[in-house]
Amino acid sequence: MKKRNFAVWIYFAFLLLPLYWMVNTSFKTNNEILNYMTWFPQNFTVKNYVQIFTSPFWRRGFLNSIAFVSLNVVIVIIAAVPAAYAFSRWDFRGDKHLFFWLLTNRMAPTAAFIVPFFALYSNIGLFDTHLAVALAHALFNLPLAIWILEGFMSGIPRQIDETAFVDGYSFPRFFWKIFRPLISQGIAVAAFFAFLFSWVELLLARTLTSTAAKPITVTLSRSLGAGGWDWGVLAAAGVLTMVPGALVVYFIRNLMAKGFAMGRV
Amino acid sequence: MKNRAWWFLIPSLAVMSLSAFIPLMTVINYAQYTVFPGSAPQFVGMENFVEVFQDSVFIGSLGRQVLFSFEVLLIEIPLGLGIALALPKKGKWVGWSLVLLGVPLLIPWNVVGIIWRVFTRSDLGAVPKIFQWLGYGGYNAASNPGDAWWTVVTMDVWHWTPLVVLLCYAGIQAIPEEFYRAAKIDGASAWAKFRYVTLPKLKHALILAVLLRFMDSFKIYAEPFQLTGGGPGNSTTFLSIYTSRKAIGGFNMGMGAAISIVYFFLVILLSWLLYTIMLNVGGGSSK
Repeated sequence: MKKRNFAVWIYFAFLLLPLYWMVNTSFKTNNEILNYMTWFPQNFTVKNYVQIFTSPFWRRGFLNSIAFVSLNVVIVIIAAVPAAYAFSRWDFRGDKHLFFWLLTNRMAPTAAFIVPFFALYSNIGLFDTHLAVALAHALFNLPLAIWILEGFMSGIPRQIDETAFVDGYSFPRFFWKIFRPLISQGIAVAAFFAFLFSWVELLLARTLTSTAAKPITVTLSRSLGAGGWDWGVLAAAGVLTMVPGALVVYFIRNLMAKGFAMGRV
Repeated sequence: MKNRAWWFLIPSLAVMSLSAFIPLMTVINYAQYTVFPGSAPQFVGMENFVEVFQDSVFIGSLGRQVLFSFEVLLIEIPLGLGIALALPKKGKWVGWSLVLLGVPLLIPWNVVGIIWRVFTRSDLGAVPKIFQWLGYGGYNAASNPGDAWWTVVTMDVWHWTPLVVLLCYAGIQAIPEEFYRAAKIDGASAWAKFRYVTLPKLKHALILAVLLRFMDSFKIYAEPFQLTGGGPGNSTTFLSIYTSRKAIGGFNMGMGAAISIVYFFLVILLSWLLYTIMLNVGGGSSK
């Protein structure tokens, strides 16, 4: 028992160390970062954070990210719920093939899609909008959401649907009153994954935006290359990008223990 | 009833046509032309594909990509399973451990690269300092290919093992206590319990973990791009870095498209192979 705990402690130390170093760096002055190797900030400063919060350049990046991530989650859930219902309840011609085709898009290497995305979205006037990024991220988020929801829905007996229809429920009323509460956990898991993969993605978000919809992740990697290597501000911005994710994880921690293994392979 | 299914699929198909189908068709179309920005495209048929397979940088990135994906699978799956088994099943620390495990998963991928860059850079990182203290003073991920490679692998292990832990942990929680009680009555050893109770029940979760980790490690881009930029030399240039370099570098876009198609089919083929192998190992039925 003791040896086991020891291994877990080592693992968590490994998990925390790079995070700690980032937080540590974000509270140092640039002079200290570059010239001294210290485990604690010697001249503790919040200057780096102040600089981010007072700059419209950084603030806009955050707002843009939040805008397209939310839009992506909404699009994905609205499209995935009926599709998953169709796959879990009915056999129709080509359903297996269609399901497989959808899943192959989850495997699609994003880099393979940047040229056509750019060409397509420029032509239809979506370039540099939140909608463009949200739609592009549906490439991998929608198949995953359908997959997860289909797993959840297949776990709910068909008799429930049939009984409701016999009792005279119309389809929309049945769906909202009876079915939706039953799959709410599945929707939460699917939304969580859609949020996750949209929030962390860089390549498509970078390709499809220039100024108006530029997300925080792109702001970060551009400012890194732009000559002014302000490591303190960079570290602080990095720490701030971890906050939304950490909040989401905190709120759904109970779900994570239960709902993660769902979805059909 | 049968036609009704298609009505339910319309929203998904509409979204996928904009985010997958039309772009894929465009790539297939481009791949047969030589497209230089500013001049009329020229039809060349399969020539781009021939050129892709003759490009030594492509072959090199492909080799590195396969090696990388298998290395991280070999480390992350056993490590993740081990940690999931070692975590206590309940108690006040469980919730916090799960939150902590979730954090690396929700950090934007290029920020993961930045974190590791800040952590390992020779002028401001902790890692070179630690190595120096351990007696290896020459660590430098920016100039030494071996160091760069293992830094990227370690970063990926750091980034994604938590996903394996979470998937396995959820699977373990779902195994009814009775199975273990029965095994105990039969006098099963700890190993036998693991081999004949835990492992078969976890097959589903493990397949999901292997597939997700394989697909995503095969697509890795932002993390090594931010950490090393694919260097030193080409030592950490993976397929995505190579592809995007070709696709937006202002070269022949037809070539970029041909690479994209080869890349896409490789992922599908290898995922399918892995899936089939895993289903057949250990007696087939996972459900």
